[in-house]
Amino acid sequence: MPGGGGAKLSLQMVTNVDERSVNNLSAIPKEEYLYKCTSACAGCSSSLCLRYVLKAAGPDTVLVVPACCTSVIQGIYPGTAMNVPVYNIAFAAAAACASGLSDALSARGKETNVIVYAGDGGTVDIGIQSLSGAFERGTNFLYICYDNEAYGNTGMQRSGSTPLGARTTTTPGGKRTAKKDLDRIVEAHNPPYMATACSAYPLDLYKKVKKALSIEGPKFIHILAPCPPGWRYPTEKTVEMGKLAVKTGTWILYEREFGKLSINGPSKAAMRKPAPLEDYINGQGRFKNLSPEIASEIRQQVERNIQRLSREEAGIC
Amino acid sequence: MRERLALSRPTEASSGKTGSWRTFRPVVDKEACNACGLCAQYCPDGVIDEELNIDLDYCKGCGICSNECPKQAIAMVREER
Ligand SMILES: Cc1ncc(C[n+]2csc(CCOP(=O)(O)OP(=O)(O)O)c2C)c(N)n1
Ligand code: SF4
Ligand code: SF4
Ligand code: SF4
Ligand SMILES: [Mg+2]
Repeated sequence: MPGGGGAKLSLQMVTNVDERSVNNLSAIPKEEYLYKCTSACAGCSSSLCLRYVLKAAGPDTVLVVPACCTSVIQGIYPGTAMNVPVYNIAFAAAAACASGLSDALSARGKETNVIVYAGDGGTVDIGIQSLSGAFERGTNFLYICYDNEAYGNTGMQRSGSTPLGARTTTTPGGKRTAKKDLDRIVEAHNPPYMATACSAYPLDLYKKVKKALSIEGPKFIHILAPCPPGWRYPTEKTVEMGKLAVKTGTWILYEREFGKLSINGPSKAAMRKPAPLEDYINGQGRFKNLSPEIASEIRQQVERNIQRLSREEAGIC
Repeated sequence: MRERLALSRPTEASSGKTGSWRTFRPVVDKEACNACGLCAQYCPDGVIDEELNIDLDYCKGCGICSNECPKQAIAMVREER
């Protein structure tokens, strides 16, 4: 504190945020819905995200969690760190479970938020059919995929979301295929709201969850969630790594409301002048000894993605 | 009937006192701090309160608060155990 006094932090956290824009910490509710402490690894960005998701959703919320790190970090029976009801559900069934819950709650006249919080393996691979089904049915819920780009909980096997070149326990020489483009699959369902987010921008995530929950129908948020043991970087670099993903244009922050794309501030700047890709890649052990060919293919993928989204936002395609 | 359901109840320390995981402890230099709140914002485990007290029973020592502090006001100091 300045002067060493006991003055309160400038983040005077308040409880009612609906009327205020969230451009700084001051509008974030101080309530924590994760009790101290989960068993997530030190520096886990997915736990950081969950803190803000729950702050935005508030107490009248049910979480649906398929098998993933989030099902394990809750703690050991008879205790749980989660201060909202949680359905821990089989991998393939998260969105189906959410559909049933959402319908049952609305039949009882309740407006409880139903939120799936699922890993990338549970989304892009194993849960994709129930996700697709729920979006096609128009279920009123929010599906959040936190993407640490591998099957983290079981020790980092590759998932469909693992990027090209990344070493995992099942791709010891680096993954040979590109990351599956989950967002374009979800987009094909024409949801009323979808967005990308990144753990290094928690206030942006908070706003997006708030907005999503204010809209009726199926909503989707895809969060890039750096993972220290999986990506092999030191724990203190978690936020730095997320910012680098955005600044290099590897991860682009955007929202799509009723089909209309808007690219968010930090990514606008990054797309005009991306930071060197090496800044992101060289800090991660999973990209060690990348061949020049793979490195160049990764660079081209990033460039293609930037171009595609810029053109779409400009109305060129 | 309800009592017999195997429901977990919300509680602190459901995974034990995770502070024991730490090898480095965050130490805040309150003179250098400008009360920006970024450390509390970014702590994945929410163990920094509004008055900047760090709950060492649970702080896992990840070092994010120290890395993100714009004033370099948080040092990571090796635990003596
Ligand atoms: C049908 C089924 N297959 C395998 C498992 C084992 N399993 C539990 S969590 C997990 C990894 C999930 O990966 P992801 O969805 O990416 O979440 P993360 O662990 O990375 O948070 C696996 C393979 C399981 N629980 N059920
Ligand atoms: S493996 Fe990664 S995502 Fe899972 S708890 Fe650890 S840091 Fe978090
Ligand atoms: S070291 Fe990590 S867990 Fe401890 S207070 Fe800092 S950010 Fe939180
Ligand atoms: S980040 Fe640094 S300057 Fe800001 S409140 Fe925390 S200790 Fe103080
Ligand atoms: Mg994963």
